[in-house]
Amino acid sequence: MAVDERVLQQEMAGLDALEQEQGGRARLANRVWSAAWPKLAAIAIALGLWQLVVALHLKPDYVLPGPGPVLRQLADTVRTAEFWHALATTMRRAVFGFSMAILVAAVVAPLVATIRPLRTAVGAMITGLQTMPSIAWFPLAILLFKLSEAAITFVVVLGAAPSIANGLVSGVDHVPPLLVRAGRMLGARGPRLFWHIVLPAALPSCLAGLKQGWAFAWRSLMAGELIVIVANRPSIGARLQFARELSDAPALLALMIVVLLVGIAVDAAFGTADRALRRRWGLVDTAT
Amino acid sequence: MTLVSIRTKTEPDRSREAAVEVEGVSKRYPTGVLALDNVDLTVGTGEFVCLVGASGCGKSTLLNLVAGLDRPTAGRVAVPGGRATLLFQEAALLPWQTAAGNIELALKLRGVGKAERKAKSAELLDLVHLGGMGDRRPHELSGGMRQRVALARALAQEPDVLLMDEPFGALDAMTRDLLHDELERIWSEAGLTIVFVTHNVREAARLGDRIVLLTSRPGRVAKEFAVAIPRPRRIESPDVSGLAGEVTAALRAEVARHGR
Repeated sequence: MAVDERVLQQEMAGLDALEQEQGGRARLANRVWSAAWPKLAAIAIALGLWQLVVALHLKPDYVLPGPGPVLRQLADTVRTAEFWHALATTMRRAVFGFSMAILVAAVVAPLVATIRPLRTAVGAMITGLQTMPSIAWFPLAILLFKLSEAAITFVVVLGAAPSIANGLVSGVDHVPPLLVRAGRMLGARGPRLFWHIVLPAALPSCLAGLKQGWAFAWRSLMAGELIVIVANRPSIGARLQFARELSDAPALLALMIVVLLVGIAVDAAFGTADRALRRRWGLVDTAT
Repeated sequence: MTLVSIRTKTEPDRSREAAVEVEGVSKRYPTGVLALDNVDLTVGTGEFVCLVGASGCGKSTLLNLVAGLDRPTAGRVAVPGGRATLLFQEAALLPWQTAAGNIELALKLRGVGKAERKAKSAELLDLVHLGGMGDRRPHELSGGMRQRVALARALAQEPDVLLMDEPFGALDAMTRDLLHDELERIWSEAGLTIVFVTHNVREAARLGDRIVLLTSRPGRVAKEFAVAIPRPRRIESPDVSGLAGEVTAALRAEVARHGR
């Protein structure tokens, strides 16, 4: 009466084998090169344009130095202990502020995402907060916390948290309804449904929110360090401000390059995490 | 030899206990659409019932009601047979979990201990001929393989009643053929009750003990066909084709009604 189990097994295995994709990923060296050359070309073009502007003598050399003196200054700067000390202070503030922002978002966002009246009340406010330039918070922050670390943290958190929360909320909004139904069919309800199905499904959007949140945190931090200079605590922003006061253009530009590089590096880390996630989920076309 | 007996009124199969009872069920959506109108359907324990009908016959609505994902506007739905679970047309696997992870989550949500989950999921993957594929992610599997993982995940819940909503609709004919054999084997071995929705009449004749034809807009039970073709069946066999022809004729007559 039953179908021939052995034959079925063989047919099934044959079909499975035929339907499997073949071929692995491109070689590492090839991948690195194909990712790197456009970036290297972009840097070369940027340096070239910079040099061109300097060569036109629109501004005197001591105001706008060319890439040569600035890069030499940068090379000197990174050899000093003070620089690393300042960078450490800045990064510590960035990490602390960003972590606090994640914490705030992690508490607020799930509530806003799942409770409808709260959503109506607070949802628009979060988006509003996101569009508010963080520098506009500093007068209030200084009034509340004086010229202190707390003032900087306050603004960094206000800058980053809305983006992170928004990422989570919109991720929850866009969870495929089929997965929710599948989850309910598996017996997941309420918090268990949220934890096992909704939250993981919202992960790509969360990651996008974190990435955007970081960009806001970094901007807020730089604004904060320029305005709120805490005595005896050198930071990248404070050094930037001193360089301007001393009209030390090469030092100023060198520090700006550092600010840019840190921003790019962290953004790239988020980009890598995002791509890894997409590859795991099968959201990228592996043929390219 | 008569392979088919047609009854126009639903009569529960008195020879076995009911696993699914649908009594006078109507479903009206908030949009005003009446999807189901006074549907009666009783599925016996261990029975394989196929629901066929054209678009808009409320097949999926009926399964959702039995699965408990939705409530009827009127009437009563009961699953005295025990736990019912629903398989969708798409496998609906969680993309962040491996094949084994998907099955293990089903076990976890049932309260199965961690150590036991691993062994049990491997066992279930073997059952659907996917042994050793546990660490694959859904996107690394073909459509047919994903659907088998979904079947294994459904079986992980140890259901008594398996509700299937056009589960093989998106698969190619060859794969579907093999999955019919596979499903028939698991059904007979596990003593499951299956309610299988399809728009493919041949598939219904290949698999069902009984075929229930639903009308469209609103969905009502139009006709029933008791299938007396002995198993194992082949989809290309004359008996299956013959029955499929009869059901198709009835389905066409029903569809034509809406053209007038």
